[in-house]
Amino acid sequence: MAMTATEKHLARASGNGVVKPGDVVVIEPDVVLSHDNSAAIAQLFEQLPHQRIRYPERLAITLDHAVPPPSPRHARNHQAVRRFVREHGIRNFYEVGRGICHQVLCEEGLVGPGMTLLGADSHSTHFGWLGAFSAGIGRSEVAALWATGELWLRVPETIRITLSGQLKTGVSSKDLTLHLIGRLSSEGANYKAVEFDGYGLTSLTLDSRAVLTNMMAEMGAKNAWIAPDDIIWGWLEQVMRRTRARDYQDRLAYFRDNVLYADADADYAEHHQLDLGRMEPMLSCPHAVDNVLPLSEVGETPIDLGFIGTCTNGRLEDIAAAAEVLRGQKVRARLLVIPASSMVLRDASEAGYIATLIDAGATVGTPGCGPCMGNHMGVLAPGEVCISSANRNFRGRMGEPDAQIYLANPAVVAASCVAGYIVHPADLL
Amino acid sequence: MSASSHRIWKYGDDVNTDVIFPGKYTYTVSHDPAELARHALEDLDPEFAADVRPGDVIVAGRNWGNGSSREQAVTCLAHAGVRAVIASSFARIYYRNAINNGLLAIACPEIVSVVSAGDILEIDMENAKLLWDGRQFAFPPLPTQVRKILDAGGIIPYLQAKHS
Repeated sequence: MAMTATEKHLARASGNGVVKPGDVVVIEPDVVLSHDNSAAIAQLFEQLPHQRIRYPERLAITLDHAVPPPSPRHARNHQAVRRFVREHGIRNFYEVGRGICHQVLCEEGLVGPGMTLLGADSHSTHFGWLGAFSAGIGRSEVAALWATGELWLRVPETIRITLSGQLKTGVSSKDLTLHLIGRLSSEGANYKAVEFDGYGLTSLTLDSRAVLTNMMAEMGAKNAWIAPDDIIWGWLEQVMRRTRARDYQDRLAYFRDNVLYADADADYAEHHQLDLGRMEPMLSCPHAVDNVLPLSEVGETPIDLGFIGTCTNGRLEDIAAAAEVLRGQKVRARLLVIPASSMVLRDASEAGYIATLIDAGATVGTPGCGPCMGNHMGVLAPGEVCISSANRNFRGRMGEPDAQIYLANPAVVAASCVAGYIVHPADLL
Repeated sequence: MSASSHRIWKYGDDVNTDVIFPGKYTYTVSHDPAELARHALEDLDPEFAADVRPGDVIVAGRNWGNGSSREQAVTCLAHAGVRAVIASSFARIYYRNAINNGLLAIACPEIVSVVSAGDILEIDMENAKLLWDGRQFAFPPLPTQVRKILDAGGIIPYLQAKHS
């Protein structure tokens, strides 16, 4: 029977030959992700009689959500995570400053084509940009996974989105993603998988692809997936040469053996077609991600802060786009830039982007999630307005219920900081 | 077994986990039930935490609990004494988290449009029905496996019982 890529991943991970939407299967994921919440998960795990982690080598833990710790309580939380990591011999542990879980696990080659990941983070849909199956779950389920190595999942229906054409200059994959979420709504893919295909994909740059799969979480998707092409294989080789020089060739061979593709005659619950050439810069307005308008329809909106970062748009291309806008300029509104990982920070530094940002008056922070979920490092005051390259603009998301958050692509965030109000770089005088 | 009676708190569509339990409280060690309950619905309805009574239920619109996977968005309600969340639909991670923490989550769009805040409804689990103002509203019974986890009080107590 023909299967979508998602169905193939779940069939293999559950040891079934064939699965179909609606089946409940038990899978053994290759990787189980958690972050600062690992101490809380450990407390749940310790209530279980199992005592031993079933597959310690499958755990991946990153400290990223509140780094460096902004309070003694956060520091104690990190301390508890480190103690757990030591006691259970968790090898895949990444310290404060290494970066955001979703970015780091890709750079480290821990997740690749054909693999399955379940993570205690809603943006775990992210890894589909490398051709993996990945979904977000809750803390108790991760504790159960640590103990048993397995978890039940319902096989989702799959939405197919076929991309054609090419994005115009000044339009990014963030705009395409916001357009989709605005069109299909924040529950448009609830309980479903989203798979992207079509020639339009080949024109999407490396970093920009992860925006698509990452933000499908904002459409309610269980997972999102893109078939790996030469751009992805090339990046995997290049990045793993840096992070795991010793075994990168074996790892690459493993990914090549492991990769799964959708069958040409697979069944999809919905099929949408998008012409990239018709996309325009978009803005997600307070207080819902699917409250999306074309930037051209939004009037002059003064801002207090711009934020460029997060697992959605904190990569090298995003910082490069900001630097291009900011070269020779000065910001009127505060601009906070937080690279998604130490590798991104290093590369942005080497390319001279960081110097450009600092000369323009931006602040650069420790790689991690930053103020995205209101923990620290740039949270908003009552009444303040922020334009952000992140993924959520819910009321109170950045710490204050009376603040307002707009979401846009990184170049728009940078241009808006120069102007002091929301504006596209092309309209910056 | 007879049905149980519950007072209703009523909310709209797309209530996300950030307004149910703000992110700024998420990454510290404390799991003190009283502290979690104190922040329940803080950015949605500041009166909720002070006035909620054990056994109350929440009735809401579509896509309840969208956004973050934070489980405190479930446990803060459970610790506040909420018996069930009844919604037109649930975001998928919230639904899983609810079952895994023993919080009853019922998808029943028919009742959402007719009830008001402060009304009393009854839950009849055995027959998978909600009762309000003399009317009955059926909801899909939970799959056996899911019901086992819910009845055990969540996935942790379920695994404890299974292992012993």
